[in-house]
Amino acid sequence: MKPLRIALVGNPNSGKTTLFNELTGSNQFVGNWPGVTVEKKEGILKNHENATVIDLPGIYSLSPYSKEEVIARNYLIDESPDVLLNIVDATSPERSLYLTTQLADLGIPMVVALNMLDVVERSQHRIDVDLLESRLGHKVVQISALKGTGMADVADAAVAAAGKHAMPRHVMDGQVEHALAHIEEAVLHDLPEEKQRWYAIKLFERDRAAVRALSISEERFRHIEGDIAAVETALDDDAEAIIANERYLHIARLLDGGYRRPKSNRMTTSDKIDRVVTNRWLALPIFAVVMFIIYYISVSTIGAYATNWANDGLFGDGFHLFGRGSSEYAAAVQQYAGPAAVIDAFEAAAAAQGISPEDARLIEAEAVLYDDLGMVADTFPVDYAMYRDAVSLDEPAPAAFGTWVPGIPVALEGWLERIGTASWLQGLIVDGIVAGVGAVLGFLPQMVVLFFFLALLEACGYMARIAFVMDRIFRKFGLSGKSFIPMLIGTGCSVPGIMAARTIEQERDRRMTIITTSFIPCGAKLPVIALIAGALFGGQAWVAPSAYFIGVAAVIVSGIMLKKTTGFAGDPAPFVMELPVYRLPAAKHILRSVWERGSSFVRKAGTVILLASLVVWFLSSFGIADGRFGMVDMDKSLLAAIGGAIAWIFNPLGWGHWQGAVAMVTGLIAKENVVSTFGVLFGRSDVAENGWQIWVGMRQVFTPLAAYSFLVFNLLCAPCFAAVGAIRREMNSAGWTAFALSYQTALAYAFALMVYQFGSWFGGNGNPAGIAAAFVVFAFIIWMLVRPAKKSDMTLAKELV
Amino acid sequence: MTLKDVRIGDTVRVKKINGQGAVKRRLMDMGITKGVEIHVRKVAPLGDPLEISLRGYELTLRKFDAHTIEVEAARPEPVTS
Repeated sequence: MKPLRIALVGNPNSGKTTLFNELTGSNQFVGNWPGVTVEKKEGILKNHENATVIDLPGIYSLSPYSKEEVIARNYLIDESPDVLLNIVDATSPERSLYLTTQLADLGIPMVVALNMLDVVERSQHRIDVDLLESRLGHKVVQISALKGTGMADVADAAVAAAGKHAMPRHVMDGQVEHALAHIEEAVLHDLPEEKQRWYAIKLFERDRAAVRALSISEERFRHIEGDIAAVETALDDDAEAIIANERYLHIARLLDGGYRRPKSNRMTTSDKIDRVVTNRWLALPIFAVVMFIIYYISVSTIGAYATNWANDGLFGDGFHLFGRGSSEYAAAVQQYAGPAAVIDAFEAAAAAQGISPEDARLIEAEAVLYDDLGMVADTFPVDYAMYRDAVSLDEPAPAAFGTWVPGIPVALEGWLERIGTASWLQGLIVDGIVAGVGAVLGFLPQMVVLFFFLALLEACGYMARIAFVMDRIFRKFGLSGKSFIPMLIGTGCSVPGIMAARTIEQERDRRMTIITTSFIPCGAKLPVIALIAGALFGGQAWVAPSAYFIGVAAVIVSGIMLKKTTGFAGDPAPFVMELPVYRLPAAKHILRSVWERGSSFVRKAGTVILLASLVVWFLSSFGIADGRFGMVDMDKSLLAAIGGAIAWIFNPLGWGHWQGAVAMVTGLIAKENVVSTFGVLFGRSDVAENGWQIWVGMRQVFTPLAAYSFLVFNLLCAPCFAAVGAIRREMNSAGWTAFALSYQTALAYAFALMVYQFGSWFGGNGNPAGIAAAFVVFAFIIWMLVRPAKKSDMTLAKELV
Repeated sequence: MTLKDVRIGDTVRVKKINGQGAVKRRLMDMGITKGVEIHVRKVAPLGDPLEISLRGYELTLRKFDAHTIEVEAARPEPVTS
């Protein structure tokens, strides 16, 4: 049997994705349409193995004005699918059938899937399906994609429809039909009969793009122009409007007597919810609460808990099974902190004098106890007797408190040692591969939580309300309210945030949002902020919020600047967006969405991150020591050498030393690696979240101003590889990805430069050349912000409204 | 009177859509055509955009674009057939 291609077409929010999932199950392939940032999905129809369903982008019409519409249109005309499966929302047929009438003119066999019958039954809508079917001339199948009813029927109907003739009907006003007939006769008579109507209508609408493939001569265009103009005069409207009006009149006739809906100004449940949620006074506070909940759950609680378990437990030292015994162990460690401090202090003092601790009877030292934030909690003197007492105690062993599962690196390392593996290979496996995998999987819990919220917000309909409320603010930078959601999600993790940009219709806006989403500090940047705040600013409270502030400033500045450049300029598309009815999403649908995004991330970003980790591991573990090439400490490694070679670039930023450069590079794998790298460089492997163990080391290489400049740079520069992977995937273009990363890094450099140079200047010890450079950068940015964009009449008019 | 000037809660009928090209097309594709009844439900908390009901569904639209739609007052008709 010949392979069958079924094109699934329908409005956004009509349940198309749910239907696609139901029809194809797990036999799906997800990618992008070539050259654009629009997602493409194909799958094999369940129980009909030779039939493929191709999911076209959600569209309201086949007009040539948006990327999605053009893609759908081109596919339908150029690829000639065998069957159209048009999904129609039964609760809004007056609008949904508009696309249906256009599809009916294509001359391709079609089946209409009337979705959400369950809602229709519950509410005040009534629809006579048989009447509609007979008037439409195409099979109409009732389904509920959410509940999974009618799936087999619609699949069978679609397959059965293939090969049947689908002559479009003449449904418009007499004068219009007459003009169309004339056009068909004059210009299109060579085409197959059922295909003529579509082109006739396009010619009538003067849609040149649609008929380009037909190579119609100018003379022919002129010939039919008279007919078109005549109808326009007679009906006192332009051709496109006439066709649109005719379609709606036709829809009214299709539904006449067979459809009833509640009055427009009555309040549905959805409207009642909106009364509160988009209320003038309550909307923003409610929204702040929603944001807080998402952030709290993903970053502060579940996300952090799972990430910590993954990083410190599974891929760290180990963990107690089911957590049993972990609190007792923690308490024991707490109790042992005193003796531990005694031992540390005494042994350090003995080493300083070159004596072994057992013999140092006369030595005295001072032990220091730290609290959770790394601040000194207590100090007390120790002597030899106290040292001997402390040593006689047993350090608490985790295994004594519960079932202790050693972390993968620990277990693996032990095993590799036992079988006598060469140390470089051990390093490769444990510090390279396992650490790399750990980096990928360490992200995952937080990301999964965010994917969940993203899917939930989208499916229930609240996402559209967020865009509705936020639009006014974003409009000022030439974007729309839809750009806000990626940034909101980006406060947890940029990866799902960047993926969320898919909902933005305008490709320009989508690209701009993708580029600026990672400016907002994500969860992984928090430890870096905490480190700088603690080490160099005494833990002052303003440091962390200032990071968010700078992120937002970067977004705004970028928005304004980029909109004026040719790549992003142009009239913004009208922000005309549907507010879908609130819906309780099916758990199945949400979980599926989370699974799809999560596994796609692991597969795609995972490989990149793993490779990058290996490279960085290699560079940081190998180098030339004592004239030989081999495994070395990080400060003698190739990475350190590279860091040293490029460090001068960061001199104007105040931190032109190899440690900063190296830490920044490792931050590309995961931003929190900046903290652990400093840990390694300053000789401590047990570094807490805020890194207090290495504050002293930090202070030796950074001044507060330089540290802040370092922070600014790392916050804004190219994000971690996972996010880079997401950018690459959503941009679907290496060129755009390169632009995004270059722009981000350049902006990071500019901001950090200004911070350091102006800061030095105000502090009284600035470098004249540096300050001058900073001024040039500053002036450039100001100019980019205020220069007039190429204004069209639209934009000028906009300012008058 | 344009759609931008309509009071919240009123229902109007579209007389004409000004503007051209992509904007007008988009509005028509979303159901805003001559003769359609539009109920202006509310305005967003920050003053823009508007939320309108038409053809059985809810749409949001910026005041700037609403300005291109000429309307006249209408009493809401019951939609039963």
